[in-house]
Amino acid sequence: MVMKLHEYQAKQVFADAGIPTPASQLASDVDGVVAAADEVGYPVAIKAQVQVGGRGKAGGIKLVDDEDEAREAADEILGMDLKGYHVGSVLVEEAVDFVNELYVGITMDRGEGKPVAMVSTKGGVNIEEVAEEDPDAIAREHIDPSFGMHPYQARKAVYDAGVDQAVARDVSSVLMTLYELWDDRDGSDAEINPLMVTADDEVIAADAVMNIDEDALFRQPELAEMEAEAASTGDDLEQKADEYGFDYVRLEGNTGIIGNGAGLVMTTLDLVDYYGGEPANFLDVGGGAKADRIANALDMVFSDDNVDSVVFNIFGGITRGDEVAKGINEALEQFDEIPKPVVVRLAGTNWEEGMEILNEDLVTVEQTLEDAVQRAVEYAGEVNE
Amino acid sequence: MSVLVDDDTRVVVQGITGGEGKFHAEQMMEYGTNVVAGAVPGKGGQEVNGVPVYDTVHQAVEEENADTSVIFVPPAFAGDAVFESLDSDLDLAVAITEGIPTQDMARVNKRLSETDTRLIGPNCPGLITPGEAKLGILPGNIFAEGNVGLVSRSGTLTYQVVDNLTNRGIGQTTAIGIGGDPIIGTDFVDALELFENDPDTDAIVMCGEIGGEDEEEAAAFIDDHVDTPVAGFIAGRTAPPGKRMGHAGAIVSGSGTGTAESKINALNDAGVPVGDTPEEVADHIEEFLA
Repeated sequence: MVMKLHEYQAKQVFADAGIPTPASQLASDVDGVVAAADEVGYPVAIKAQVQVGGRGKAGGIKLVDDEDEAREAADEILGMDLKGYHVGSVLVEEAVDFVNELYVGITMDRGEGKPVAMVSTKGGVNIEEVAEEDPDAIAREHIDPSFGMHPYQARKAVYDAGVDQAVARDVSSVLMTLYELWDDRDGSDAEINPLMVTADDEVIAADAVMNIDEDALFRQPELAEMEAEAASTGDDLEQKADEYGFDYVRLEGNTGIIGNGAGLVMTTLDLVDYYGGEPANFLDVGGGAKADRIANALDMVFSDDNVDSVVFNIFGGITRGDEVAKGINEALEQFDEIPKPVVVRLAGTNWEEGMEILNEDLVTVEQTLEDAVQRAVEYAGEVNE
Repeated sequence: MSVLVDDDTRVVVQGITGGEGKFHAEQMMEYGTNVVAGAVPGKGGQEVNGVPVYDTVHQAVEEENADTSVIFVPPAFAGDAVFESLDSDLDLAVAITEGIPTQDMARVNKRLSETDTRLIGPNCPGLITPGEAKLGILPGNIFAEGNVGLVSRSGTLTYQVVDNLTNRGIGQTTAIGIGGDPIIGTDFVDALELFENDPDTDAIVMCGEIGGEDEEEAAAFIDDHVDTPVAGFIAGRTAPPGKRMGHAGAIVSGSGTGTAESKINALNDAGVPVGDTPEEVADHIEEFLA
């Protein structure tokens, strides 16, 4: 999993490392935006701070020339729903006059198992589209992680991409710094798109993406603090799952799914679809879950209003069937009436003990994965009728 | 016959004094695995379940002739533990640990290319040769001796498919969980090659999932180099782009790479039938063996 920094956070990290960035200030209300714009100096860009791509197209970025326009834009953007994310703050940023837009980025190439540096003169647009339609427009240089990026590699990527000689030195230097940041801060992706080139041949990072490997946050305390700040704008249920420590993804359907192990939970989703139902979520309780964790999982799925039935599929390796059964009983016995029908399938470690403990008045038991999924889909269908 | 592990394998457990390490070392021994040593810095001279503990893996190799390591070290220290095993002249290292930082694994990956040690994992359930030995956390009782090789990116999905096979009386030569992380030691191609060269493996099950391009590469390899019949399964057909489905590696990128569809098509093109359900995978294997 990656932790995504907001643009203003990533820019701060980049600026601290010496990468040129435009003057900017964060604001969370209209008066704050006007005050920030006065300080930065018009014209300014007002940019929604949410972690989704395509903010500009979705109306989350506006260029303004004076206070009236700033008020209007701030009023519009603050509080808006941008692709499912609430906009709580905006970055008020000096508008940069540019002649060219470049792309520079560092990411992990999982196929090669190595970091790769990328440079393109086709910045300012969706780089994934460029990668697909015109892959030669992106110069790539793989990096040996035990040495880090050699300066010649940065130069090579920049020249291979066809960057103008007048700015090649500065772009190489930005790329070197970006790799060092990526390496020091346990980045999974670090990119600047666009890296603007001005008429005076100066380069400046007009946007900033910095995604951090969550598994490494234990050794990145400063970034872990930023995460607390960044995490406050997602889906409510996904936030609740974070608190419980579940791997959870909310989907559109009405059959709730709980299981152990990512591959098996994904398979359960696929089977719901295969048997004509629609999965409401992905919820992996992980390995070795105890009763309280199982009860929390049921609570999670019950609190999704879309859910009409639940399939609980556990194949125990380190997870024990008796603990699972205890958790299910615990969660369901508190209700006078079970809110949504629950189908349970237990296999693997201690499944017989689990079946003895499980209160079968509260759930429907099936022996195989296929049968359990079909039954849950059937229940979800009945509710709709 | 089997691949990678049998009852001659001499195992050192890194992290044997921790909760997980201790429990699973015991489980491995109960299954018949030859656990000859533990390695935990600062705990040298102790015993766990009657197994001598050494401060370093080198000592365990020197004193007990360990040739294989199973790693139950917490994620912050696991990268270092893998390096230690790679630098100790072992044949095989199995990293069970989940949550090792990806950049640590990139460095491990570089070192792997310079040594003869094979790495399985990380973030994997390990591997088992039924009736002989297991390395890792797989529940031994669902496996049976037989002639099907199995390789999978996911732990519990492995158990599910094995259960479908064993219930029909179809046993396994060796089952290998290669792990769900973006950077892993042994990939599908490596495992397929091992099974192809094992005279006792008559059919192979390959369980993949969304994310990355390992399944596509495996399909190309099967087309060119594998005569043993292979049946496949791909998890994550219903996964939406951009959302990670549990495993760090299981994500369909925004540009549409890593989809189940691309993997299923690649496998079908290589003559590999892909089951819609785990039960269908067992159907295919049964046909191969008939």
